[in-house]
Amino acid sequence: MSRARLVPVAVAAALIATGCGTPETDAGGSDTEAGISIFNTEPENPLVPGNTTEVGGSRVLDALFTGLVEYRNEDAQPVNAMAESIETSDSKLFTVKIKSGWKFHDGTAVTSKSFVDAWNWTAYGPNATQGGSFFSQIEGYQDVNPKDPDGPEGPEPAPAPKAEKLSGLEVVDDTTFTITLSEPFAVFPVTIGYEVFAPLPEAFFKDRAAFEANPIGNGPFKFVSRSVGTEIKLTRNDDYTGDDKPKFKDLTLKVYQSRESAYADLVANNLDFMEELPPNALAGQKYETDLGDRVVTRETLNNQTIALPFYTAPYDNVSLRRALSMAINREEITQRIFEGTRQPADGWVHPLMKGYQPGQCGEYCEFNPLKAKEEFAKSGYTGEIVLLSNTDGGHQEWAEAVANSIKNTLGVEARFVPTTSFGEFRQKVNAHEMTGMYRSGWIADYPSIENWLTPLFRTGASSNDGLYSNPKFDAKLAEADKAASEEDAIRLYLEAEKMLAEDMPTIPLWTQKTIAGKSNRLKVANLHPFRKLDLDSVEVA
Amino acid sequence: MGFYLLRRLLQMVPVFLGTTFLIYVMVWKIPGDQFAGKCGERDCPPAYIAAMREKFHLDDPLWLQYAKYLGNVVRGDFGETSSGVQVLQQVGATFPVTLRLALVALLIEAVIGITAGVVSGLRNRGFLDSLVLVSTLFLISIPVFVTGYVVQLVFGLQLGWIAPTVSTPTWGNLLVPGFVLASLSMAYVARLSRASISENRRADYVRTALAKGLPQSRVVGVHLLRNSLIPVITFLGTDLGAFLGGAIVTEGIFNVPGVGGLVFRSVLTKDGAMVTGVVTVLVLVYLLMTLLVDLLYAVLDPRIRYD
Amino acid sequence: MTEQITVLALDKPRGLFGDAWHSLRSRPVFWVSSAVILLMVLMALFPSLFAPGDPDAAVLSRSRRGPSADAWFGYDNQGYDIYTRVVHGTRASIVVGLLATLGVVLVGSAIGIMAGYYGRWLDAIVSRIADIFVGVPFVLGAIVILTTLNAKELDVGPVRIVAQVVLSIAVLSWPVAMRIMRATAIAAKQQDYVKAARALGASPRRIITKHMLPNCVAPVLVYSTIALGAFIGAEATLSYLGIGLRQPVVSWGVLINSATKYVRVAPHSLLFPAGFLTATVLAFVMLGDAVREALDPKLR
Repeated sequence: MSRARLVPVAVAAALIATGCGTPETDAGGSDTEAGISIFNTEPENPLVPGNTTEVGGSRVLDALFTGLVEYRNEDAQPVNAMAESIETSDSKLFTVKIKSGWKFHDGTAVTSKSFVDAWNWTAYGPNATQGGSFFSQIEGYQDVNPKDPDGPEGPEPAPAPKAEKLSGLEVVDDTTFTITLSEPFAVFPVTIGYEVFAPLPEAFFKDRAAFEANPIGNGPFKFVSRSVGTEIKLTRNDDYTGDDKPKFKDLTLKVYQSRESAYADLVANNLDFMEELPPNALAGQKYETDLGDRVVTRETLNNQTIALPFYTAPYDNVSLRRALSMAINREEITQRIFEGTRQPADGWVHPLMKGYQPGQCGEYCEFNPLKAKEEFAKSGYTGEIVLLSNTDGGHQEWAEAVANSIKNTLGVEARFVPTTSFGEFRQKVNAHEMTGMYRSGWIADYPSIENWLTPLFRTGASSNDGLYSNPKFDAKLAEADKAASEEDAIRLYLEAEKMLAEDMPTIPLWTQKTIAGKSNRLKVANLHPFRKLDLDSVEVA
Repeated sequence: MGFYLLRRLLQMVPVFLGTTFLIYVMVWKIPGDQFAGKCGERDCPPAYIAAMREKFHLDDPLWLQYAKYLGNVVRGDFGETSSGVQVLQQVGATFPVTLRLALVALLIEAVIGITAGVVSGLRNRGFLDSLVLVSTLFLISIPVFVTGYVVQLVFGLQLGWIAPTVSTPTWGNLLVPGFVLASLSMAYVARLSRASISENRRADYVRTALAKGLPQSRVVGVHLLRNSLIPVITFLGTDLGAFLGGAIVTEGIFNVPGVGGLVFRSVLTKDGAMVTGVVTVLVLVYLLMTLLVDLLYAVLDPRIRYD
Repeated sequence: MTEQITVLALDKPRGLFGDAWHSLRSRPVFWVSSAVILLMVLMALFPSLFAPGDPDAAVLSRSRRGPSADAWFGYDNQGYDIYTRVVHGTRASIVVGLLATLGVVLVGSAIGIMAGYYGRWLDAIVSRIADIFVGVPFVLGAIVILTTLNAKELDVGPVRIVAQVVLSIAVLSWPVAMRIMRATAIAAKQQDYVKAARALGASPRRIITKHMLPNCVAPVLVYSTIALGAFIGAEATLSYLGIGLRQPVVSWGVLINSATKYVRVAPHSLLFPAGFLTATVLAFVMLGDAVREALDPKLR
């Protein structure tokens, strides 16, 4: 696990950065003292940035913390937030200067030490954080978080870490610190907008339990109270120094057990915002009559694919993979099942990404029954095709439709096999025990073309669950990582993406136009490309 | 009676041990990796898994794990989940809500169910009887999730008569979910009491009472009802226990912050500590409920003696 | 249920059940419900006779089309022919309902009547064991059992999927039948006819089977007819929670569940499977009522 990222799809969606973007100037007539409530799921982990990688906790921490960089609302590009500057000459040693005068909610100053201590704590193996592996590119990670030679369930305990702190982090002065990576990595500054990179106050290191009960951040909102299973209340941090000051006062994150019930509340104006409407609202475009002008839409940075297990026959057969891809009628499924809220994908890199080039997948991502049959015949396979998916994230409908599309086009037995829970599904994926092709998807961790290729397809990469391996592709990525300029890097990454079309390591399906909804109380509420509410934009009538 | 009570309380011990052990084994031992899927779509860091296995004693033999767990439970410590939330505190926050919902449902079920059952039982094969028969059948044959969903959709979304979800669990707000929860059992209660009444109303003691010249209302109200309600009471008692833990679907649809939602979420996210904790509490509640029902027998039916 | 009754009726042509059969024959309700059940059983046995099409044929372009001459019940969201699906779904629903009820009633009432008659330590042990199973609320217990069973493999065959659901329903429900039977048996034990039989020196076995069983069977019978419907419904609830029957098994529960999401745009996809479910449950309960009244000497 060299570079761990998460692909949070069903239960877990990741990447949250604190509300950002250029503030809208028109605040006339909006109620700046109002409170709003937004949809949330119960956080599964303590509210500590380095220890939360699922969406229920991320929505809270997003509002509580501001990191070094944040991703703009307009194009998801990183902009400096707490960072004054991040400089490097060799993509290996980064010098970070942070803005002075920022304070945590308890009044203590945010210094470079707050970042370095937080990062060291998160990366330190014995602290057993979920976000620890995000620091694996920093020099000295192996010493603070050594691998367990026989796995966590093996009899040998994990070896004791040789160091307590990452040797690659160094505090220069109160507002400066340096980061040394073990390998050059040009897009590193883009990656650190993820919240596991947030700073932590002194109070956390003194009394962790007290901090978890009452988190102290440096972001636009302060923690007020939490009633587990029901709601979390936050309020505006009036001493906030950043320029993404909220234009309303109280933020309540209401816990819902199902998106259907949240939607019912949204329609009745009992809930102010929900970033993704459930299937029953999308069916027959009912949401248009239910919500009218309260619908908020936006193309978001996630995609849906079918992963192919290279360790299970016959999915290691390239002709078969092509045949399957060409047998899926993406156009019809996105129209019928998703009511046009998905766009058929024509490659592996997301269209919103800087450097995206259309048609990278070529003919293999187009519905073509004749060619599909041809390739299928070439593959020599005649048995049944199996598609596995968990069903707790609204995946049942499209997965069944995909299986039926393959069945009808190729005239082969194609079965959809549902799994109850994401956990079980994930367990089999991780253990490489999939007996057929399976649902997979990706939400960008950070907005870089690299994030759509390396973690998913490089040999041995953290989310390369299908065990795809192509040395030429790996070499191309390595070349791109070390490229001198961003343009060169993009060109090389695109060449790498082109190689994927020959191999079809996964079948791209579609990208998402997310349909969100707001209550009639909200004048403005924008959706962020990372599929969350842009808190900064919210104006209450 | 005191001896009987003591004996019953002692009898609860093996039941408690049996149930908690079964659940413990099912939750912790069988499903393999407990911590898959806890870290989004990637493997959890090995250090995290190692720490969690340590925390829940997963490397001990099963009997020792269970003994340790039980030891803590006896001391009132139900443990904490992998996310550091105290199980008992969580149960304490959600249980009163579920209890309230269950009581509302039980009341609706008992009042409507028994009334319908008694009325139709007294008028065997009359119009009222058929009406009760058909309407209870209708309720039985529709799964609760459909009833709940349709009620929410029609009255909450389309007509706007009720709030679609329960934001604060007051008695009034719980009426609609309570009704939905009760709908299935209401039909059972109606049918059970109907069967019981129509059987008993030809019993000798009823004839005797009528022959004595007692007024019809007294015969029905005191003699007949009291004797006919025994199976109904059994059912209601069992049902309250079921409501307390089985309101998962109703609580989910109406977003009631109760035990059902908590435990379902915990099962799906493989939060073993929470599942075992909640079930342990529910089992205790259930055992006490059963005892109560059995004591009620003796009160209702003088023919039954506990000695 | 029917088979059981018929068998019993053949066994004792002139006894209690013979009389019951006699009175049943004259009741139209009995014949109507039997006809419906027979129809459902035939559908379950030979679905292709009623719907020759392929239940798994989905054409997405006809998604959510309403009923027409080609497709009597219309098409669902995936473009499946609803009529064909409903007919083919009968088997799983009936099998789950019947097997679960049979298991619950046979096990539950056998244990219950013995516990009620013998009392003492047998009653104590049996009641405690029942408490262990019934102490866990039904849906919760089913969720725990099924997630545990499901965790091992993702892709299992239809027989295993159905067996899991039947097993979890039966394991969690037998104590209900047992408690009803036990309560009735406790009351019956105090009745004169049992005391008389005992005074005449009848063996416990004879007392239980000849005297108590016919007199105690009514409440359990009522329960079982209702339970059968409830189990078919429970199957649907478990599908709703994502742990019950699922692909490749098609049942009314699976159909109702997938239709619920689209009830606002395609109500017909909910209406027809729900209608079949209601009709079947209705038939079973009416049959149960008729049989109960026929069996019970007091009601005749």
